[in-house]
This record gives sequence, structure tokens and C-alpha cells, in this order.
Amino acid sequence: MELRIDTGAVHKARRLAEAIVEPVAAFITRHTTVAVERSVVRLLGVDGVDGEGVPLPNRVIDALADPGAGAARAIGAAIAETGRGPQEIAQALATGTPLPDAGTTPPAAARAALAPYVARALAAIDARRADRDERSRRLPQGPPPLLYVIVASGDIHADRTAAVAAAEAGAQIIAVIRSTAQSLLDYVPHGVTTEGFGGTYATQANFRLMRAALDEISERLGRYVMLTNYASGLCMPEIATLAALERLDMLLNDSMYGILFRDINMKRTFVDQHFSRLITARAGIIINTGEDNYLTTADAVEQAPAVLASQFINEAFAHRAGLPDAQIGLGDAYEIDPNREDAFLLQIAQAQLARQCFPNAPLKYMPPTKHMTGDIFKGHLVDAMFNLTSVMTGQTIHLCGMLTEAIHTPFVADRALSLANAKYVMGTARHFGDDIAFKPGGTVETRAGVVLREAVELLHRVAERGLMESIAAKAFADVARPPDGGRGFEGVIAKNAAYWNPFEDALRPLAVA
Amino acid sequence: MKLVKPYGDTLDDGAVQLSFTLPIEWSEAADEAARQLVRKMGFTDVAVAEGRKIAAGFSFFVVYARTPLAIDVSTIAAPSAARGALDMDGVDELIRKRVGRKIRIAGACIGTDAHTVGIDAILNMKGYQGDYGLERYREFEVFNLGAQIAVEALVRFVKARKIDALLVSQVVTQKGSDIANFTALSELLEAESLRDDIVLVAGGPRVTNLLAAELGYDAGFGRGTLPSDVATFIARRIADRVLAA
Repeated sequence: MELRIDTGAVHKARRLAEAIVEPVAAFITRHTTVAVERSVVRLLGVDGVDGEGVPLPNRVIDALADPGAGAARAIGAAIAETGRGPQEIAQALATGTPLPDAGTTPPAAARAALAPYVARALAAIDARRADRDERSRRLPQGPPPLLYVIVASGDIHADRTAAVAAAEAGAQIIAVIRSTAQSLLDYVPHGVTTEGFGGTYATQANFRLMRAALDEISERLGRYVMLTNYASGLCMPEIATLAALERLDMLLNDSMYGILFRDINMKRTFVDQHFSRLITARAGIIINTGEDNYLTTADAVEQAPAVLASQFINEAFAHRAGLPDAQIGLGDAYEIDPNREDAFLLQIAQAQLARQCFPNAPLKYMPPTKHMTGDIFKGHLVDAMFNLTSVMTGQTIHLCGMLTEAIHTPFVADRALSLANAKYVMGTARHFGDDIAFKPGGTVETRAGVVLREAVELLHRVAERGLMESIAAKAFADVARPPDGGRGFEGVIAKNAAYWNPFEDALRPLAVA
Repeated sequence: MKLVKPYGDTLDDGAVQLSFTLPIEWSEAADEAARQLVRKMGFTDVAVAEGRKIAAGFSFFVVYARTPLAIDVSTIAAPSAARGALDMDGVDELIRKRVGRKIRIAGACIGTDAHTVGIDAILNMKGYQGDYGLERYREFEVFNLGAQIAVEALVRFVKARKIDALLVSQVVTQKGSDIANFTALSELLEAESLRDDIVLVAGGPRVTNLLAAELGYDAGFGRGTLPSDVATFIARRIADRVLAA
């Protein structure tokens, strides 16, 4: 089934989004952040915490004499001067040995000293990617929509048990929910964690533990089970780095979500999202964008054009970082009031429109949450209609709705019932979408036309005004965020002439086509 | 005295449906274990309608049974904070007539909770289910502080902006975080001698008016609350205080 849509308008939307991103990209090029620099330090092999639990990458960044020159230059100089490796240098720093003055070391010597560590980091990321490719070939996943469930006990060991049970019940992707406050931490917690609210912390050790558990169950089931977490908030690029090193397969990663919904400074977010996407592009990680949030916080019918506009903007930012379409999981959600007549038709219109605007993107479809109540029986039915919409319109990443949404974080049985629902609906209607056609001028086609037209109008207004200025003027999600306000602004650093980031150089994408 | 039992299809049949998971491999013995467990809960006529494996080491059951217990509903009261709500114009008029100035309202998700869906439904101009949010009321001045607001910061805000009514929301309830956050706020307001000067309202899908009263709040609003329910409560409570003063 194909909607007749105005392909000229789709083309125009894409050009407008590229124009919107262009001046922001120029800003990004001139700036780094504390989180980007900590990512560089982690890639160079620095890990662990000091005696007070402060991560060593934070200690290194705090100790930089010239932050505008970047961490790589300082560490490269320290290696050249001391003959020690990055981890030893960081450990020495934590116990009181300052970094040597990088200014006296010739840049060429610093670069040469760092080169083997840079090569090692890139080789590690490439090896994880090759490992994933090998496993995915050997253990094929099954057809999309790929069934995605969350685990959120707050204890990584309980999460592991839940994840394995969910995989056995049919889950193809497991997301480990983070503690609700993590997005606002300006450091990545360390080690295996057994606490947190609404989830537990994203740490390298937790990533590794969960990936190992899923590798084991993947072998047993004969299909590769993917793992995802959140590269959002103040540590976006660091999480992307750790995910690349521990072979996560997907990451929640949005170019504007933190600005709008977590009041994180927009300049910080734009710079951070770019570097995190350079990493995910190299690592073969699929990003998932967060457009569903527009729908949960405001009226879902009114916000449909904002979702589409944001999808185009996220795509443009992702292309700028070298992500191919196959790694851009643009978000959408099934959030229209189920009591509204023909809500199902409006949902189909929006989902199919996204499918046709982004034919090669692994679209991420989020379940109903806003209108879910304690009536689990009704909730299970609404989820079934969501499942039908997803399979009909060819969505790729399907976050299974829970009948107990709005009651508690899912029980093991809730996930099993949810997966059974999705498997039933998607099995019984597998090729339904191939077998039907939309009535020309009907409700679905008309609605899709309206959403597309209004998205182009919104993109046009944003392009005229500028993205930062538009966000400041409430263009998205009905919130206003000033360019220099919000959390993490103090961590934005202007690059100076001495700035050097070997990973940025190695990962720099080719010019945008 | 009015004793009632659950109603299946006949008065006093006591019929209930249960579903639960046992952390054991499914087998016929697992079904029997589920049946005996429900009998130990005090139910009779236990029928395991469905028992199956949902994962290695986990079995899921749907069980129908009867309870011998009854409850005297004539002794039970749970006063609703939402009783007799006025509409937006009615609330505005009540404030104009009986308070004589705008009411200043602040709202936030406190502690680590990042779920603003509830507080936004009540405060945002658009409102919820066709019922306008408090920002649209002429006689309210509303500050929606958003998510993850520390209680200390919120109390400073209340003091600085002379807030009349404070709405706090908690959606995440894991490990009692909601109760801990609600309690921390009311205790800090007491410590700062601000508690008696404001109307303090708790909200969230698991909040009841009874729970809120236990936590020292003036009211609690749970599932299905409309903005006008909250607006009416705040307007009446402040009008009553004006009258008493």
C-alpha cells in the first residue's frame, strides 16, 4: 500500500532541514565540550575512578591547562614527555602528579606519541562492529517489526534475568532503562550497579554484563538479540563511546530531545550529538530519535507535523555525522486519544507518511502511553491496534506496549503478554499492508497530506528564523529554551588554533551529498 | 451494615480473577502449585484457567476462584478532593468574588522523577480531555517548573515568589521514591514555617486523597483527574482561608 503524497513537498522538507542544520553545523565545528573531550580520553584507554569515586576522564578534563586545545594534545604531550600511557598518566594525575605543560612539546611529537592509542581505539570499535556483523549473519534476527522491550528493575542483575526471559518470550531488542536522574549527571557512573529509580545506571560494566547475557541467549535461541541504552543527556558522546566499545546495537540519541525535555543547553547538545553520532556511525550502531516525546507532552494530533519536521532535522544532523539511512531510527509514537473516532486512521496516516518520507530508515515506533490507564484489558486492545498499525505500515523497531503501562515498571509476565500480543497480531496480519490500497482522497490520504504540508510550513519558519532562535521562540514542544540557558552550558568550549581531536579527524564523514 | 462480596454472575458468589507468575518451570505440577497457593490465600473453588511457560524458569497463570470474605461498605469513607468541581469560568468568578486577587500556583515533578505528563496535563494551557489547564485561568498565575526539581530549590521558589498553592507530581513509585520525595517536601516546608501559608497538593497515577492526607498534604489527585478538579479545590481552599482570616 502506498499513499499518494506530494513528493515535491518531501524533497522540499529535506532541503529545508539541511538548510536549518547548516549554520548549526558551523557552530559545532568551532566548538567542543567537556563530554566530547572525556570521550576522547576514554577512547585513549582511560577508565576507572579516583579515591573519591570521581571518574578519571573527569579528572583529566578538569586538569587541562588549555581546554580549548583539547585533551588529545595534552595527553599526547604527556606521553611524549613521560613515556607513560594514558591510563598511567590519568592515575598519576588522580594521586597528585600534574599533567606536564603541553605547550613546550612540539605538536608533531604529541601526535606521534598518541598515534598508537588512536589506532588501537579505532581498531577496537571496528572489531566490535565486525563481531556484530558475524553474529547477525550467523544468527539471523527474523523480519521486522523487531520487537523491543524494556527492562527497568533498577538492579542490573534483576534486569539481566528479565532480559533473558524477555528474549525467550520473543523479544529481539532489549533496552535497559537508566535511572531517571542520569541524563543530568555530568559524568558516567562506574562499575556494576544495583540501584537507581525507574532503572539503573548506564555504565560500561553494566553494558558488558548485559551484552554477555544476551550473547549467551542469542546462541541458545539461534537469533541475535540486540541491546540498547541511552546516549542522551550531558554524557551523550561518552555513552556512545562506551556503547561502541561494548557492542551495543542501538542507542537512543536525539539532536533536540535534551534541550526541549531536560532543559540541557542547546549548544552543548548540538556539539555533543554530533560527536556521539560520529562514533555511532563508525560503530554500526543504529540511533533511535525521540520524536515520541512531542506526542506524550502535548496533543498528538496537533503535534504530528512537529514530529515529521523533527524527523527531517534529526536526519539532516545524522547525515552530517556520516550516519547512513540504515542507521537512522527516526521516532514516532501511537499516542492519539483512543476514544477519538477514527484515531486509528490518523495513526496509519502518520506512520505510513513517515515510512514513505524515509524509505530506508529503520523507523522506531513507540507504543501508547499517554492514554493508558489502570484498565489493563482496554490497554491490551489499544496495544493490539498499535501492533496492527506497525506491521501494516512496515515500521522497523517496534517498542512493545505494556498492558500495565502507567501502573508499574513491567513485570516479567507483562512483557510476555505484550510480546504474545505483538507476535499474534503481526503474524496474523503479516502481509495485510501489501494487499490493500488507500482510497484516493480518503481520510488517511487527506490526513497525510495535511501533516506533510504543515511540517513543510514549520520547517520553513524554522529555516527563516534559525534553529537556535526558533527553539528559543517555542517552535517545538511548546517550550522556550534560550541559546545560553539550561544545564551544561558551562561545559561548552570554543576550540582554539591549537585544538586537535584525532578521532574527529579519523571519523570525519565525507561531504554531505 | 452492608456486607458485600465480589460479584461474578450471582449475588455473593465471591468470584475473583487472579493472574500471577511463579519462578518455576511450567509443568502440570506447576499448575497444581498455583492452585494450592491460591487456596492458601484463602480462596475456594480454585480453577487454573491457564498455566503456561513464559520463559525458562517462569510460569504464568490465570486463575478463577471464590473468596469467602465480605466487606462492610457502610463503614468505609474515602472523601474525594474532586467533589463538585466548577468549570473554568466558575473558578475564576469564585476567586474574583471571594479572594479578590490572583492566586499564584507553582507545579513541579520533584526529586529524580522526569515524568511531567501528569503535571503538564493539569497546568498546560491545553489541558486534558477537553478541560483547559490552569495556565488558561484568568485568576491563576502559574509557574510550571518541569521535571527533576530538588525540593530545596522548590521551597526557595515558593518563598521568593510568594506562592499560594504548590502542586507536586510523582509518577515513578519504584522503591518508595514517591513517598520519600513527597515527605521530604512537606517536612522542609514545615521546617521553613511555610506549610500553613500554602495549599499543598500531591498528584500522580498512584496518589489518592487518603494517601496525601497521611503525608500531610491538603489534597491528593490520582488517575483521571481533570484540571478543573484541581482548580476548584485550590480556589475553594484559599477562599475559605480568606474567610477565616
